[in-house]
Amino acid sequence: MANKKLIQGNEACVEGALAAGVRFFAGYPITPSTEIAEGMAERLPLVGGAFIQMEDEIASIAAAIGASIAGVKAMTATSGPGFSLMQENIGFAAMTEIPVVVVDVCRGGPSTGTPTKGSQSDFMQTRWGTHGDHPVIVLTPSSVQEVYDETIRAFNLAEKYMVPVILLYDEVVGHMREGVVLTKPEEIIERKKPSVKPEDYRPYAAAEDMIPALAPFGTGYRYHITGLSHDETGFPTGNPKAIQGLLERICGKIEANRHDIIKYNAFDVDDAEAVILAFGSPVRTARHVQKEARARGKKVGLFQILTAWPFPHEALQEIYAKTQASFVIPEMTLGQLADEVSKSVPRDKIYSVLRNDGEMITPAQLEEAVRRVLE
Amino acid sequence: MNKNWEVIISGSGGQGAILAGIILAEAALADGYNVIQTQSYGPEARGGASRAEVLISSEALAYPKVQNCNLMVAMTQESLNKYGGMLAPGAILVTDEEIDTSSVPDGVIVHKAPIFATAARLPRPMVANIMVLGIMNTVANVVSPEHLQAAIQARVPAATIQLNMEALAKGIEIGQQLV
Repeated sequence: MANKKLIQGNEACVEGALAAGVRFFAGYPITPSTEIAEGMAERLPLVGGAFIQMEDEIASIAAAIGASIAGVKAMTATSGPGFSLMQENIGFAAMTEIPVVVVDVCRGGPSTGTPTKGSQSDFMQTRWGTHGDHPVIVLTPSSVQEVYDETIRAFNLAEKYMVPVILLYDEVVGHMREGVVLTKPEEIIERKKPSVKPEDYRPYAAAEDMIPALAPFGTGYRYHITGLSHDETGFPTGNPKAIQGLLERICGKIEANRHDIIKYNAFDVDDAEAVILAFGSPVRTARHVQKEARARGKKVGLFQILTAWPFPHEALQEIYAKTQASFVIPEMTLGQLADEVSKSVPRDKIYSVLRNDGEMITPAQLEEAVRRVLE
Repeated sequence: MNKNWEVIISGSGGQGAILAGIILAEAALADGYNVIQTQSYGPEARGGASRAEVLISSEALAYPKVQNCNLMVAMTQESLNKYGGMLAPGAILVTDEEIDTSSVPDGVIVHKAPIFATAARLPRPMVANIMVLGIMNTVANVVSPEHLQAAIQARVPAATIQLNMEALAKGIEIGQQLV
């Protein structure tokens, strides 16, 4: 107990990023994410890193992508309005395969919405906010400890798969303080380096694993990067085969590794008649309700999503096939999560508990829904 | 010892309710309990009702918000009006002597103290939040006084530690007169 530190979710994000090796942060302050920028401004110079407050969020993510292609682990953090501005460059990072970590501390939207209160309504935007078929990984912690752990994982996955990784958590998780243990990461992943001489280098000639080895700029490898559809040399191409091949590869490298990327916690689902499914702060309500239900002998399980995208459809299909359970889905949106679940669980087995008024879903609210489902 | 405190510290934005909540949570963590501190505030930098919530328990905590408030500090009439309904039967309320508590639910133990009159006589009245922590902890015995003191020292600006220690001592003194 004594070595637990009382810190905020956003502070845990700073600690996790530093533990993962971040050395560059560019951002523009916005509630409820600002503490991440504040922490980075204070801490990065002490470890030889750089912090820049940019003129807006478009420039912020652009600077982070630039730092990353120079070989430095880089990130930015924002909330809904800024996250909307970042969408085009998220697509650029996905297309050019430059790793970057983007934190979206979700508040109520649309537009400036409800700055100081929680919401989860950027859920679909994290997956489909930028245009085009594109890969993305989205992680969704629900506690201060998980923010620390998942921030480290975000950097590892970004480096491993050369992809933008979005860390999505709501205001409640970002501002909540809990006792956490800041353990040294078990594994720190660094991106691949080219194994050929500069004159033989083709930046996007990915091996069988579909992951390219992009040389950090300034290390003697001269190559071209563009958001246009490109071939293995990195130059634009109009060749239909190359265009389709590129899209299949950048999306395929994530799809082929779903088992490595997808993470969830399943509590008491094996014999469940009702499974509460949630991510982010509703997990906290769900865990409370689920434990109390079990204590009363009710067959209630909990499925906590830690990787939201790619979405854990296989696990849900397996649970449903085994249990035929009903799924109770509390979410701080008007139904975005339930919609996605309906690809794996029949609609008439899904019971939504929706709340997007800035307040947490309460245990009483969720208990009532679970009770009705079990009747 | 089994502990289960669900605390709300409320006031006007800028009064330091949230800092007081953080300090209380830090002291409770040092005591070895599970803690969660959350907050609720509006978009304004000053004014409006703001509140810190602190859960302190010997059991594992999942839901992070107060459900049955058994200890509340209300530093303004507005905050008491807004959050007073959350007080559970048997709860303890600490508030200023000037505040009208007639609407507080029956069964709540009300401690009225000269918080702001006393703070006004200190070199900087803004330490009222720390004084209130002293009163509250003396009345309700939530965390160990040593850890409370250490948490205050760790969380307030270094130049104001002495001043805050005076405020804490004053709060403890007032608290002792109340019980």
